[in-house]
Amino acid sequence: MENLERILSEHPFFTDLDKGFVALACGCAKNARFEAGQFIFHEGEAADHFYLLREGRVALQISAPGRGASTFLTLGPGEVFGVNWLVPPYRWTCDARALDGARVIAMDTLCLRNKCEADHDLGYAIMKRLMPVLLERLHATRLQFLDLYGAHV
Amino acid sequence: MSDTAGVLKPASAAPPMAPRVAHVRRRRHDAPDAWTLELEMADGAPFNYAPGQFNMLTAFGVGEAAISVSGDPAKGPLIHTIRAVGPVSRALTKLAPGDPIGVRGPFGVGWPMAQAEGKDVLLVAGGLGLAPLRPALYRLLGERARYGKVTLLFGARRPDDIVFRREVESWRGRFDMEVEVTVDHAGPEWRGHVGVVTGLISRQAFDPSATIAMVCGPEVMMRFVAMSLVDRGLSEDFIYLSMERNMKCAIGHCGHCQLGPTFICRDGPVFTFTRLNPLLAVKEL
Ligand SMILES: Cc1cc2nc3c(=O)[nH]c(=O)nc-3n(C[C@H](O)[C@H](O)[C@H](O)COP(=O)(O)OP(=O)(O)OC[C@H]3O[C@@H](n4cnc5c(N)ncnc54)[C@H](O)[C@@H]3O)c2cc1C
Ligand code: FES
Repeated sequence: MENLERILSEHPFFTDLDKGFVALACGCAKNARFEAGQFIFHEGEAADHFYLLREGRVALQISAPGRGASTFLTLGPGEVFGVNWLVPPYRWTCDARALDGARVIAMDTLCLRNKCEADHDLGYAIMKRLMPVLLERLHATRLQFLDLYGAHV
Repeated sequence: MSDTAGVLKPASAAPPMAPRVAHVRRRRHDAPDAWTLELEMADGAPFNYAPGQFNMLTAFGVGEAAISVSGDPAKGPLIHTIRAVGPVSRALTKLAPGDPIGVRGPFGVGWPMAQAEGKDVLLVAGGLGLAPLRPALYRLLGERARYGKVTLLFGARRPDDIVFRREVESWRGRFDMEVEVTVDHAGPEWRGHVGVVTGLISRQAFDPSATIAMVCGPEVMMRFVAMSLVDRGLSEDFIYLSMERNMKCAIGHCGHCQLGPTFICRDGPVFTFTRLNPLLAVKEL
């Protein structure tokens, strides 16, 4: 457990988080690994885990009928995915697939939500870490939509 | 201009509005809408230029367009990479080996190669923006010992739009530079990064006090890249962007390329973010 606590506090998502909060959050965490090509979750399923990527790369994908799977974001060590765990209806809105063998910390989201509800200071600290990720992804999506590299240069 | 009819002189002696004639030596399809032309000056004289400079290329009977040099300034033929967007660029990309083409230049201030000496150099390219950066990369690799860490971050729309693909792959394989490529959209067969190029910046480890950045791509992309670099601690004085505006004379006379008090053709196209930031903030300037 102590080891997991250290790993958690060293992950960029939790850097500088109060030690007591790390210990609290740690109660919801476990180590997990996924083989290259393995799906971590599928669109529509319950968002039961929040993932902190430690090693390897993960692709977030959406499948469209007749067009197959399309990757819209790849993530590397230090990044997080499964970010819609905090908001109802707690369902994945995309697929996540390990590109290389991936090592993650998987956090049980029911457990995490309960702890955030019981301790709003913890909830707020986590919210402050989650918001920048969400905003950065929203902004990146906008740029992808703009189709920046079309017939401009 | 009267004495130049039919007489081709080296660029230094040629009047700035008179094109020299060159011939297309080779033509290569680089991306769905972009072609690379290798040119040979008809007079056989060398064509000297600095990385980041551009020429006005004439498709005879159609018109002239500003196109950056994309080849190696130290050797080889004059090379341009052109995206077909309108009448002139479309005509230029259709030229076949042996066809004549007009060349006026080189113009503008290039990349800050001298200021980059002794520093880590971060090149950030978006789409065809890799073409104007390629001469800088050749210079960096050709005089490798003069520079610190060399990194290329390159964003393209889709895997098929990656220009100079084989070369990018060979740069990736080198031990003396780092290359990261990302695409905005990809099918499952693509094994690389997916996401906008600014995402590569936030993942990149670099020492902001020792780094100089050279950025080229569409204006929106450059704006956000420059802001990401500032967020990472890089001074606006060490972020260089290559600007594009419609050119006519390319010698600071007609005012076509004016951006506020600045003439892109004469004072640029490469500027520091310090200089451009207030101008980029003004819409429709
Ligand atoms: C310093 C400099 C270096 C350049 N280097 C290159 C280069 O290496 N390769 C290359 O392919 N092009 C380059 N360009 C851009 C090129 O000069 C323009 O695309 C040019 O306008 C093409 O002429 P055209 O007659 O084919 O198209 P135009 O008739 O001028 O334009 C056709 C359409 O494309 C749009 N358009 C044209 N240029 C741009 C632009 N820059 N941004 C957004 N929309 C645009 C126009 O609004 C119009 O809708 C450079 C421009 C400058 C100023
Ligand atoms: S193009 Fe004429 S002033 Fe710049």
